[in-house]
Amino acid sequence: MRLTVNGEPAELPEGTTVADLVAARAEDHRRVAVAVGSAVVPRSRWAGTVLTQDDVVEVLVAVAGG
Amino acid sequence: MTDLVEHALATEEAADPFRLAGREFTSRLLLGTGGVPSLDVLARAVAASGTQIVTVALRRVDPGARGSLLDVVESAGVRLLPNTAGCMTAREAVLTAQLAREAFETDWVKLEVIGDEDTLLPDPFELLDAAEQLVLDGFQVLAYTSDDPVVCRRLADAGCAAVMPLGSPIGSGLGIRNPHNIALIREQVEVPVILDAGIGTASDAALAMELGCDAVLLASAVTRARDPERMALAMRHAVEGGRLAQRAGRIPRRFHAEASTPMQGLPEL
Repeated sequence: MRLTVNGEPAELPEGTTVADLVAARAEDHRRVAVAVGSAVVPRSRWAGTVLTQDDVVEVLVAVAGG
Repeated sequence: MTDLVEHALATEEAADPFRLAGREFTSRLLLGTGGVPSLDVLARAVAASGTQIVTVALRRVDPGARGSLLDVVESAGVRLLPNTAGCMTAREAVLTAQLAREAFETDWVKLEVIGDEDTLLPDPFELLDAAEQLVLDGFQVLAYTSDDPVVCRRLADAGCAAVMPLGSPIGSGLGIRNPHNIALIREQVEVPVILDAGIGTASDAALAMELGCDAVLLASAVTRARDPERMALAMRHAVEGGRLAQRAGRIPRRFHAEASTPMQGLPEL
């Protein structure tokens, strides 16, 4: 299925969960936040949230700022 | 420092804790991490500044990034203050704050809603809207705002944990352009006032404290200084000095001189 991850097109297998995506994208799982379609996905729901075709996903981490 | 000086400073700090959102701190300097040339420099600047609160931002994960900002911050034992930098609407800022709460497990947020890309000045209407929503959602909102006493009062009335008026635009180093407004803000709200943005050098930070601010937040003044570690130490002393001067009470300004040496007993020569 095709979706958008951090502004880039991505091809992911059917059934991919938010937890799978975070594991693939972020080296350190602590201190990561995920939004799907401009809604926060709490950490407790990562494993149970299955991504679907055309989802727009943001995987965010801490950077220097402010 | 001599033991005597250290003891005197420790006594002052103990007698004058900085209370923010139900917590107590000894340092009144909050350090932003933006613009830091390396994590090593950041670690040394954090240590030299004596800060207990540092800001961080949320951005898309970069697979090529090396080293962890959070490792540096966590090993320094300081509190994280996520910001909403880059947000231009209340909707974006609220969502960013909620994401930051997930990522950093804190309900504290430095709320920034920018209204102009050139000056990076805050949009007070979107800011107040976002602040109201986040307070209802249980956040401790530290609102970065223009130096407008009425806006600050509205933010305090909305339940913000602190107001953070700017001295001048972010990163400009122009210092405090309207000291009178900062003093008015301190007079008009009961929540802590943290001077945020525009600090260029140590005297700016000292002035903020002399005007009655409860704390100072700065980033570029340290991270973009030629020697960030030394400037961090300068800022620490400036904030401590300004606070002590404010508590000690400055003398009134006079148009003419007022001799400090008595005239009585002056010999006729």
